[in-house]
Amino acid sequence: MSARILFAVAGRVLTQLRHDHRTAAMLLVLPCLVLTLLWWMFDDRGFGFDNLGPPLLALIPFIVMFLVTSVTTLRERSSGTLERLLAMPTGKLDLLGGYAIAFGLVAAVQSALAVFLSVWVLGLDIAGPVWMLTVVAVADAVLGTALGLFVSAFARTEFQAVQFMPAVVIPQILLCGLFIERALMPPVLEAVSNVLPLSYAVDAMTTVATTSSPGLGGVDGSVWGDLAVVAGFAVVSLALGAATLRRRTA
Amino acid sequence: MTGLAVEIRDLHVVRGGRRAVDGVTFTVPTGQVTGLLGPSGCGKTSLMRCIVGVQVVEGGTVSVGGIPAGAAELRDRIGYVTQAPSVYDDLTVEENVRFFARVLGVPASEVGRCIEAVDLADHRTQVASRLSGGQLSRVSLAVALLGSPDLLVLDEPTVGLDPVLRRDLWGLFHRLADAGTTVFVSSHVMDEAERCDRLLLMRQGRLLADAAPADLLESTGARSVEHAFLTIVDTVS
Ligand SMILES: Nc1ncnc2c1ncn2[C@@H]1O[C@H](COP(=O)(O)OP(=O)(O)O)[C@@H](O)[C@H]1O
Ligand SMILES: [Mg+2]
Repeated sequence: MSARILFAVAGRVLTQLRHDHRTAAMLLVLPCLVLTLLWWMFDDRGFGFDNLGPPLLALIPFIVMFLVTSVTTLRERSSGTLERLLAMPTGKLDLLGGYAIAFGLVAAVQSALAVFLSVWVLGLDIAGPVWMLTVVAVADAVLGTALGLFVSAFARTEFQAVQFMPAVVIPQILLCGLFIERALMPPVLEAVSNVLPLSYAVDAMTTVATTSSPGLGGVDGSVWGDLAVVAGFAVVSLALGAATLRRRTA
Repeated sequence: MTGLAVEIRDLHVVRGGRRAVDGVTFTVPTGQVTGLLGPSGCGKTSLMRCIVGVQVVEGGTVSVGGIPAGAAELRDRIGYVTQAPSVYDDLTVEENVRFFARVLGVPASEVGRCIEAVDLADHRTQVASRLSGGQLSRVSLAVALLGSPDLLVLDEPTVGLDPVLRRDLWGLFHRLADAGTTVFVSSHVMDEAERCDRLLLMRQGRLLADAAPADLLESTGARSVEHAFLTIVDTVS
């Protein structure tokens, strides 16, 4: 691995985003609009927004980064730049790590905006420390990026890549505890939800929002446990992504 | 500059169930412009991908400077231009070249030098998606020139270019070769053959001829490389 190449890749991905004003705007503004819509929908009744706001703060960076990453890497494959990079001294982890850093940074800005709006403008009640919401959101975003990198290896066109969203993301949204508490699901589905990373991301976000604790970072120890699971999934996905990236192709 | 000679022995490549390269043996010497000519689909790209080390090889050996092709220590010594320009179309010319310069770890001064070498200084700040096809392939070429690699593998780099520009680029290839670089260029346009020091003619995955252009014309008694190609195909079949 080379730090020089890692940061060259991250910088290049961010430069591409800077040129693409529309995507950049959507990345930053869309989450805020969705949260505002949610707040407006419950019309100041309080309970709905307070219950659904935190899970959405976890879901949005995950979904958005999953989509953006799988399409960007697919473009890298089809434009021949991937072949060129792999013919150069680029390590596979330089490439994947560079993507993770770039989209992790974007997610940090994205969730800082969303958290600021939710807490200080829309009045979302947060029991734990507000900055922890952003930490969890960045972990979710890196997870989305890592899964997107892995899954893009199985798509040949951007059209196919977008189809992975319903396949990979929607089941996780259904089973993450947003619609019904995971403990109340049929045992089989609860077991399935226990092995899906998004469940842990949403648990972490909900715990930060609803509890406070004198522990490390002002949050319950379970938050760090959940974060470790999310990070673990991200690392495994990145490793799998590296394994599917072949220097030599047929 | 040392130059890296390429040695290929009994190379076999299968792509999509077809024999893209079917038992090819030759060497590419340093300090010369060697041309790989043959019709579209004859296996030029597959063969070049083997030299760069991105192609799964069915059989045979490919070595570059005595080292098996694809080895890590070769990766910053080979400049490769893929047939379709491999650049980011949402970055400017300069951003593209600068990115690859960082990946290769070459000095920033290389960026300007390589952009000028392909005559794109005026388009430095233009986004790649707004360039013409020929300009785009020159951006790709500029990237391959970064850090003055010892071996240049150029897959149809001059197709579709203005004749004046084409002449200039062939001039550049020869200057690089004179300085010791190994230059390996492919083309499906037979009239580019005369610009090479040495010619490899390829058809249906096999090598038909390996000679200097003048020798090829003499031995076949043909007027042009295209006729020589036809003469050889006729005598073989
Ligand atoms: N990506 C690919 N997958 C499967 N077959 C391929 C692929 N690329 C090329 N081929 C086949 O390999 C053969 C040689 O192609 P190629 O090396 O691209 O020839 P050239 O560069 O001379 O046009 C052709 O028969 C072509 O159909
Ligand atoms: Mg080709």
